[in-house]
Amino acid sequence: MKSGGLHFIDEFRDKDVVKKISREIKKISRKRISIMEVCGGHTMAIHKNGLMDFLPDNVTLLSGPGCPVCVSSQRFIDHSIAIGMSQDVILTTYGDLVRVPGSVYSLEKVKGKGVEVRVVYSVLEALETAKKNKKKKIVFLGIGFETTAPASAAAIIQAEKQGIGNFFLLSAHKIMPPALEKLARGETQIDGFIAPGHVSAITGYGIYHKLTGLYSRAVVISGFEPVDILQSILMLVKQIELKRFKVENEYTRVVRPEGNLMARTLMNRVFKTDNAEWRGLGWVPESGLEVSDEFSMFDATLYFNVNVPDNESPKDCICGEILTGKKKPSDCKLFSGVCTPVNPVGACMVSSEGSCAIFYKYKP
Amino acid sequence: MCLGVPALVIRVEGAEAIVRLGNVEYKASLLLLDNVEKGDYILLHAGFAIEKIDHFEAGETIRLFKEISDLENE
Repeated sequence: MKSGGLHFIDEFRDKDVVKKISREIKKISRKRISIMEVCGGHTMAIHKNGLMDFLPDNVTLLSGPGCPVCVSSQRFIDHSIAIGMSQDVILTTYGDLVRVPGSVYSLEKVKGKGVEVRVVYSVLEALETAKKNKKKKIVFLGIGFETTAPASAAAIIQAEKQGIGNFFLLSAHKIMPPALEKLARGETQIDGFIAPGHVSAITGYGIYHKLTGLYSRAVVISGFEPVDILQSILMLVKQIELKRFKVENEYTRVVRPEGNLMARTLMNRVFKTDNAEWRGLGWVPESGLEVSDEFSMFDATLYFNVNVPDNESPKDCICGEILTGKKKPSDCKLFSGVCTPVNPVGACMVSSEGSCAIFYKYKP
Repeated sequence: MCLGVPALVIRVEGAEAIVRLGNVEYKASLLLLDNVEKGDYILLHAGFAIEKIDHFEAGETIRLFKEISDLENE
């Protein structure tokens, strides 16, 4: 530990340790296996640090659906724009979402043309906007998984306590377990999951027991530094080689077995689950979070009765197949030619956590 | 948007903490985490403290890495 101890960053980035763990993986890994890193943050760390080069040829890494912006459906963008066109509405959201193409426009394209869009860092900023603009209706476009859903829940509870009646949530929040189980049942070979560290900080180990028990998949909860990720891969390889599947936690400095109960209690109070549409996975039963009846006065879906027609996805974009590990960004004929971070065709090229944007940034 | 970063708690003001990240100070809501004190490291995520960072466990993880290195050297 460094003196003064700033969270041990050096130790978790130590190149020598990375090399040593890499040699250990190569020593024990025999089977041809695929490991999915669920979270976009992990995808980014893997490519930024070139961790693929430290793995033997028989170990393949697949990117998963853990990029909130990427899995948000085109319909959600259309719905947001339709609400934004209603009178006296200010849309607020996290930055990446504004560039995601809807069926015709992105939020960025309609911004200032009859739709007011403000980017916020936190949902609490949206709540502040509501307090300061009493004559406007402030709609927060809520995306993300078990990490950001409790934040939206906390904001709604604050809105209720403080009597802020002009704050609304359009929820595209999602929960991970049903999507991971759908992937485990799918055609793509996935032997183990690098489980998302910050989702797990909220949920604890519980959400993965079906994956290890029922579906015989290896699961390791991982931190986000290079050594964390390689160590997690080593733990996964051991589980898979020995066929002993269990939930292991490499990220013990943040994730506790029981997770964050306070956050989960808020989330369970404010939301109820419903079927949800994921880009790539389609409709996944009970994977979406809707505002519960108790807080329905804050539900933008109910308050703004707008019509959102169904539309087709952009032609030739394979974002959906990339999110489910079936294809890599380089398999897409639009990649880096027609589709770039400056002119994204699909959501995977928009978000800094999207596989296409990451592959583009770190491509050789 | 979903990336959590470790930050040092400088002070606590009601349901909010002032945290330092590098040389910059930020506000972190404590609506999702209680028992936060000055000197704690928290994981800051979209404006909220979502978990404390456990120094003992961090040390244990590093010890585990070291064990792997030692095994190799045997």
